[in-house]
Amino acid sequence: MFTQQLINGLTLGGVYALIALGYTMVYGILELINFAHGEIYMLGAYLGIIFLGFFTAIGLTSYSLPLALILTFVLSVIFCSAYGFTIERIAYRPLRNAPRLSPLISAIGVSIFLQNYVMLTQGATDKIFPNLFEKAGMEFIGARVTYTQIFIMAASAVLMLSLNLFITKTRMGKAMRAVAQDKVMASLVGININTVISATFIIGSGLAAVAGLMVAAYYGLVNYSIGYIAGIKAFTAAVLGGIGSIPGAMFGGILLGLIESFSAAYISSEYKDAYAFIILIIILFIKPSGLFGKTQEEKV
Amino acid sequence: MLELNDIHTFYGPIEALKGITLKVNQGEIVCLIGNNGAGKSTTLMAISGILKPKAGTISFIGSDISDMPPHSIVERGISHVPEGRRIFPRLTVKENLEMGAYTVGSRTNKNKKLKSQFDKVYEMFPVLRERERQMGGTLSGGEQQMLAISRALMSEPKLLLLDEPSLGLAPIIVSRIFKAIQEINQEGVTILLVEQNAHAALNLSGRGYVLENGRIKMHGQGKELLNSEEVKKAYLGE
Repeated sequence: MFTQQLINGLTLGGVYALIALGYTMVYGILELINFAHGEIYMLGAYLGIIFLGFFTAIGLTSYSLPLALILTFVLSVIFCSAYGFTIERIAYRPLRNAPRLSPLISAIGVSIFLQNYVMLTQGATDKIFPNLFEKAGMEFIGARVTYTQIFIMAASAVLMLSLNLFITKTRMGKAMRAVAQDKVMASLVGININTVISATFIIGSGLAAVAGLMVAAYYGLVNYSIGYIAGIKAFTAAVLGGIGSIPGAMFGGILLGLIESFSAAYISSEYKDAYAFIILIIILFIKPSGLFGKTQEEKV
Repeated sequence: MLELNDIHTFYGPIEALKGITLKVNQGEIVCLIGNNGAGKSTTLMAISGILKPKAGTISFIGSDISDMPPHSIVERGISHVPEGRRIFPRLTVKENLEMGAYTVGSRTNKNKKLKSQFDKVYEMFPVLRERERQMGGTLSGGEQQMLAISRALMSEPKLLLLDEPSLGLAPIIVSRIFKAIQEINQEGVTILLVEQNAHAALNLSGRGYVLENGRIKMHGQGKELLNSEEVKKAYLGE
């Protein structure tokens, strides 16, 4: 039972972490809580169904399943990144110098808009994600691990490691950190702030798209409102780790997944969604800046 | 090289610069002196594009830069060391310097270029090489100032804007910084310097401008200003 819950928790946690990264990266740079981010995750799940349906219709899935899956992933990521990029351009950039509440309200507006847009175009009922792997899996120290779970854990780990490399080693990654620390100084060294902000939205949305696709494949059901609760959970994960901190979001996401799966198994599954928030409240009491958060220092 | 023509800027409803006209020639060290709030830093912020002037023009080597975004102005060859140094606190010393060379990163043969830039600033301030892997925020004030100047030099500027490089530093460090400014100038970089320490600044500079309440009150040769009764009384405390 313990191993089983550990695996379930890591699977769920990997997904939360991927979504939480988008929240934390945008917050780190713009100090904006991008409430529309959960919707990107939902769009990723829908786009997965649409592309996979299309590839099945043209016969690509039966010709080569891996190829169809790879194409589905790549296209969903590209589309979601385009959504993220566009949302920032239309809904946030014009409000860059407005009071902080304005972009927040704009974000909530985008979230409501996207939910309704998907409900109108895709219908209000659940959509079924094609079950490609059946329930195939393997035994692992007394626990049952499906291939989908293995894939989710591996993909989350690879993406988080790559993001870490990107942020610490590349020119654009370093520029992102510089912009997050001091926007005026970053522009004084010649960094184009707008390019960096766009890149942040593109990367964050791409990660959310992957999370959406993987969850759709895991649970098999998708509807227009899944972005809401996933968004709130991932936001909780980001706050848990310390919002603005990238390792914090990764750790917070995985911790949240583990907490949910263990407490559902050992305490009661009826309050599955509540445990996350109980832990959040406790953390905020003890360490308001989150586990990896930087305590704000006033400079003289 | 740099010409400001009747520049007006506003912070909200408050007019910070009320018509600044000044000129910096190739190879000069020019200093701006004046009291707190006279508009010295604001003038530098207007030049580097952080504050957009409401009226007036700024031209640099023949082209109008008044409407350019800050990053394009850096690409044209103006580097700004702002007040308070603004080191990226959670980037290492090396990463801070790499960010200074951000505009170099898009050029061809950039690796060779980068290496020679690093060698140059490490030679000027060897302590930075020792601190290479340390976070910028952990450096002492003097080291941070050396890093801030080095970071600005990484983009190979033609014009260097320096805002209060001596502020809050021990006298021995101040003279080290001023010596470095002279060396940088001798290598062909034009310098526009803002200083509270009017005596040292005027000694170093070929020419100076005195700012008061957002206007240029007087200008002239550095030595001339040093000997002027008005400057002595108001800014040199004599």
